[in-house]
This record gives sequence, C-alpha cells and structure tokens, in this order.
Amino acid sequence: MTTLAKHPGSAPPAAASPKPQGSYRRFGDLRIALLFIAPALIGFVFFYVVPTIRGIYLSFTEYNILGDPEWIGLDNYTAIAKDPLFWNSLAVTGQYVFLNILLQTALALGLALLMHQVAKSTIIRGALLLPYLMSNVIAALLWFWMLDYQIGVVNQFIEWSGLPRIAFFGSEEWAIPTQALINTWRHMGYTALLIFAGLQAIPGHVYEVAKLDGASAFQTFRKITIPLLRPVLVLVLVVTVIGSFQVFDTVAVTTAGGPVNATRVIQYYIYQRAFTESDFGYGSAIAVILFLILALVAFIQMKFLKGNESDLD
Amino acid sequence: MKKSLGAVAVAAAVALSLSACSGSSSEEAAKGEISYWLWDANQLPAYQQCADDFTKANPDITVKITQRGWDDYWSTLTNGFVGGTAPDVFTNHLGRYGELAENNQLLAIDDAVEKDKVDLSAYNEGLADLWVGQDGKRYGLPKDWDTIGLFYNKGMLAGAGITEDQMKDLTWNPEDGGTYEKVIAHLTVDKNGKRGDEPGFDKNNVDVYGLGLNGGGDSSGQTEWSYLTNTTGWSHTDNNPWGTKYNYDDPKFQESMDWFAGLAEKGYMPKLETTVGAAMADTFAAGKSAINAHGSWMIGQYTGYKGIEVGIAPTPVGPEGERASMFNGLADSIWAGTEKKDAAIKWVEYLASADCQDVVASNAVVFPALKASSDKAAEAFKAKGVDVTAFTEHVKDKTTFLYPITDNTAKVKGIMETAMDAVVSGKAPASSLTQANEQVNALFK
Repeated sequence: MTTLAKHPGSAPPAAASPKPQGSYRRFGDLRIALLFIAPALIGFVFFYVVPTIRGIYLSFTEYNILGDPEWIGLDNYTAIAKDPLFWNSLAVTGQYVFLNILLQTALALGLALLMHQVAKSTIIRGALLLPYLMSNVIAALLWFWMLDYQIGVVNQFIEWSGLPRIAFFGSEEWAIPTQALINTWRHMGYTALLIFAGLQAIPGHVYEVAKLDGASAFQTFRKITIPLLRPVLVLVLVVTVIGSFQVFDTVAVTTAGGPVNATRVIQYYIYQRAFTESDFGYGSAIAVILFLILALVAFIQMKFLKGNESDLD
Repeated sequence: MKKSLGAVAVAAAVALSLSACSGSSSEEAAKGEISYWLWDANQLPAYQQCADDFTKANPDITVKITQRGWDDYWSTLTNGFVGGTAPDVFTNHLGRYGELAENNQLLAIDDAVEKDKVDLSAYNEGLADLWVGQDGKRYGLPKDWDTIGLFYNKGMLAGAGITEDQMKDLTWNPEDGGTYEKVIAHLTVDKNGKRGDEPGFDKNNVDVYGLGLNGGGDSSGQTEWSYLTNTTGWSHTDNNPWGTKYNYDDPKFQESMDWFAGLAEKGYMPKLETTVGAAMADTFAAGKSAINAHGSWMIGQYTGYKGIEVGIAPTPVGPEGERASMFNGLADSIWAGTEKKDAAIKWVEYLASADCQDVVASNAVVFPALKASSDKAAEAFKAKGVDVTAFTEHVKDKTTFLYPITDNTAKVKGIMETAMDAVVSGKAPASSLTQANEQVNALFK
C-alpha cells in the first residue's frame, strides 16, 4: 500500500554485548549484525535509495528513455508550475484523499470498536480483512463491472428501486467519490485491525475507574478511548494519508484519468507523462514534488498530532 | 595497470554499444528462435499457422509468438527496448512508428527488400509507402488494412421501416445531419416506445439509441467522427504523412464536432459519461444501439453475436459528394537490437508474402495488405455470409484518407483525449478545441 509500511521495522543491530571481550568478539558481532541487516539494507539501497537519487537527477533532464538524458536545469519545474493539468491533479488528489481518509478512518474506528466489544469471533474479525487481501486491480475491476452504467448490477438495482441510473465512473461529479469509496471498502478492514490493536493496548483498569465514576459510554469514548488511542491513530493517519496520495491502480484500470480530467490524480499523471508520453524527465519532476509534499504532510502530522508521545506514560 | 583497466572499460563500452546493433555473426543471425509480438487475439490463430508453415520451409528458424493486449502493448514494448527484452519482430502501428524510428529502435530494411525483390506494387495502393520514415528509410512491410463502416441491427431497421437500400445511400452534412441524422433519430426509441423524431419523445429516458458511441475519439476520431469530419474537405494535419501542424482549430471541423456532440444532447446517441465501461460492440449486442460506426477489424465480433442479425452499410456521403474513411494499416517491423537480424528479415518478408497473407485471408478476420489476398479475404467473408463491400468500396473508390502520421503522436493524443471528451460530453463547445490545437502545435516548434 505504501512505501512506509513496507520498510521492515528498524532492525536493531544485534544487542551490543554487555561485557566487551576484546575487539575480535565485537568484530564478530558486527559481522553477524551486518549479515542480518544486509537483506533489508540491500533492498532498501537498490529499490529505494538508488531510484530516488536517479529520479531526482532525471527530474532535471529531458529524457525519453530510449535516448540519453539531457540536462535542462529547472525547465521541468518551471513548466510544471505553469501546467494546469498538474494543478488539476493536485486538486483532484486532494479531494480523493479527503474523502477516502475521512470515510476510511471513521468506518475503521467504528469497526474496531465493534471488534473490540461485540464481534469477538475470530472468523468475523478475519472476514473484515478479506477485501484487503484481494488484489487492487481485481477489486477495482469487480466494482467497475458492478457499477457499470449500462449493465452493472448496482445500476439495475437503482433503476428497480425507481431512481435514475448513476454514471459512477463516467460523470465528473461521481468519478472521484466512486474511486474513494472503492478504496475505502478495500482498506477499512486493515485500518480497523490496526486501531483494534491499539484498543487492546489500553489497560482495562482505566475503563473500570471510569465506570465507577459514573461516566457514560460516550464520555468514556471521548475522554479515554480517543486520547489513549492517539499514537495509534496518528500512525494510522500518516500511513493511510501517504497511501491515499499515491492512489493509482484503481484509476488506471477503470477511468484512466477521465472523464475529461476528473480522475487524473497525481500518480496517474506521472505515469501518463512518463510511460505513455515518454517524458520521463517531466514525470520524475512531478514525482519529486509529490515526494516533497508527502514528506511535509507526514512531518506536520507527526509534529502537531504528537504521534510519538502517549498519554499512558 | 591503470591504462589497461581504462582500455578494458573502453572495450566493454564499445562491446555494449555494438551488441545492440550487430553482435553475432551472420550465420548465427540467420537461425534459431525469433520472437514475434502482436496485440489482436483474434488474429493469433492465423499467424500461428503462418509461423508453423514458415518453420516448415525454414527448418533452422522457429518463431515464438506472444500476444499482448493493446492496453499494455506499447509500454511493455518500450520497456523491452530499454531492458533488451524486446521481440525481434513485432506488429507496428502508424501512430507509433515515427517516434520509434526517430529513436533508432527500428531496423531499416531497404537493402533486404531490394535484394529479395519484394514487389511493393502488389500491396493495396499507398500501404507500402506509409512505412517509409521521414529519413526516407523503410521500417516495415505492410500486413493489413482497415476502413470504417456502419454496423446496423437488421431487426431494428425493419421495425422502423427503414430499408437496407436506404442505408446504402445515406447523406450527411454538419448543418442538419442530412438523411443520416433522420435515420438515427427514427431508430432512437424512448422507454415509452416513442421514436426520436416523434412529438413527445423523452430524450432523458432512451431505451435504444440510433447511434452508439465509442468515446470522444481523441486525436484521430478513427471510428468516432473522422468518417464525417473528413467528408467536408477537412483533414487532421497540413501534410500526411509527417505533418507538422494539426487543424483542430478549423471552423469547418468545429462545426462538425458541434453537430456530433449535439446527437447526445438530442438523445440520439448515449452520453459520453454512460459509455465508460462496457464496450460499444457489447452494448450494441445488448440492443442498446441500432447503428454503430466501427472498423473492419470488428466484423468478426459484430457478426458473431448470437440472436442478432447484423448488416454493414458504407459510411454516409458528405457535403462534397463523397464518402470518407480513415485508412489504417499495420506492418511488421524489426527491432534494431535484434541478434537474429537475418532470420527476422526472412520472417517479416514471409509475413508480407502471399503465402502468409492468404492464410490470414482464409481466416476472414482482417483484410491483408496484398491486393490479391484482400480479394481472397472478401470471398472468405462472403462464404461466412458477410457482405464486406462497405469496407472494400472505400479502397476501390479511393475515398480513404490516411491515419494522421506525425511526430509526438502520444502527446497529441494526451492533449486531444481530454479536449475531445469535454466537447463530446457537452461540457465545452467545439470552439474550445482552438486552444487545445495551440497546445498541440506548440509541440512541433
């Protein structure tokens, strides 16, 4: 889903031996440590660091992939600043992220509470994760067919209940909400699971005290659950917002940016410029801008939501 | 030591750059397995047959055919060029080969064509010349061609009291749409059974549209609108092939596009937003439209639907007294990085020969490029009970115009796709195309 989520947790360098037994031993530890770090490190360097640096370099070039990159300085960036399609893609992506995160987080929180207090069966909890286990492309295509204007089962049902058919993917008004809903459906189980883990970490005695003090269920939720969940919610928000900004696959297999420019989200626009129109320099420059935006968004979220502190301490 | 290391590096670099061009010796280049890509699954059986026959005649060479869908074909191919995994030979498109040739990805085959005495006059007129690039070199041998026709639902026509002869004599103009619009209106039926030309017709609750819609048509409008716009004397570019100026700002063109978009507004054609998803041919089969303008490569699909009688009419006669159809053709090209150059040339020449094109013809899927094989294909269609004169007539009467061949086609398509969608969906008037045209023409400066 996101690049962040894929990073293997910061593998601790094998615990330093408490009693140093000469340099040979320490050296041996380092070697073993390196051995364990190596797979993650090699993957990180070759699949993240190198492409990132190369991408930054390419963003200053004109490059059609078949020839050699030609250094053009900041030309790509000045062109992007004047490119209405770039600003449109930012606006469209913003709408998507807003809808997707709002719905996804609200629904996931609700599901997590239900899992915590009502649905104790492992089967039901597991079933919530099913949409997430499905390939993005398959999920998108299934919804594409079900929501089709002419032959989709959802529109048959809408018409049967006396309402006018809806062009879920074809109308500019519906295209982004439809994409946001599909991905909400796909991701909310996974997000709920993360929040659910956070709920379980809240010690039971806090609730017992609240009960003794006569707090209502809503008061308990607002004054205890939400504040104590904050670190988990911040983590969830950071990860899902970054993932949401990178929406691509559902758009690529359904509307391909259309109708007109209604779903030309930033990742799709990068793909279009680079891979369809062979303008890899321009595409890389937009990718660098997206990278900076995401870094800024993550920084702001961590800073202002105080994700690294817990009220439990 | 230092020096020799440098020499090794230079040698390696030279070897690397050379391996892309020549590499192996001529003996090795003439045998072994060569790879071949195409995108149309309907044509795969015919070309597999060609490959088997080819290996029988040339036991040293085998051909491995890979079919990849159109949506991923070009990006996979580009990745192959860069990664060195591109096929030795592949089906090429007029809209793409200019850029590939310019980036030195295609092998010029002039010498071989001359040496092996390939008769370029045996192909349908103009097809062979299309594959000569701006540098005057030949980058492919033609394999097939296609034109546009009107597929119609015979049952709906009979129900509306329109004869098949009427369909053959349709006229069109951008002011009132001519008899073409009259027929389309009459074939349109709303949910209450009222026809499009009757009083009380409810354009917001249409059951059957007179004309199906494939999409906005992006830069070429191949099946969507070019069979109309190009009857007015308008053409896509200043020159074809290798034009450097597009003409989407021409008032004549914009008038035609306003008429076209108006069909959806009048309820005679589906709104663009409702066509995202199910393919136009499938909605035709589901009885949602009475006439579909589509290409000859779709004959098999339209006539293959069960329980629906399909006829094919020629496109309407325009204001200048003639019909018009885009004439597009495919060719087989060789990747410049092939290590089996001689075998690849042999295979391309075989694909372009009567031996293979007759096999394609007998499969009745597309029209082969060779004149003689084209006639055989028409007969094969006839044997299947399909009259294809609507398509062949365009070639016979020379009422075809070429697919616009220019540089920057992918970028032009990117700009025009959005602009045309806005016009066809009624979100913007056709005059908005003037601005898009400026953007397009700026690519050529």
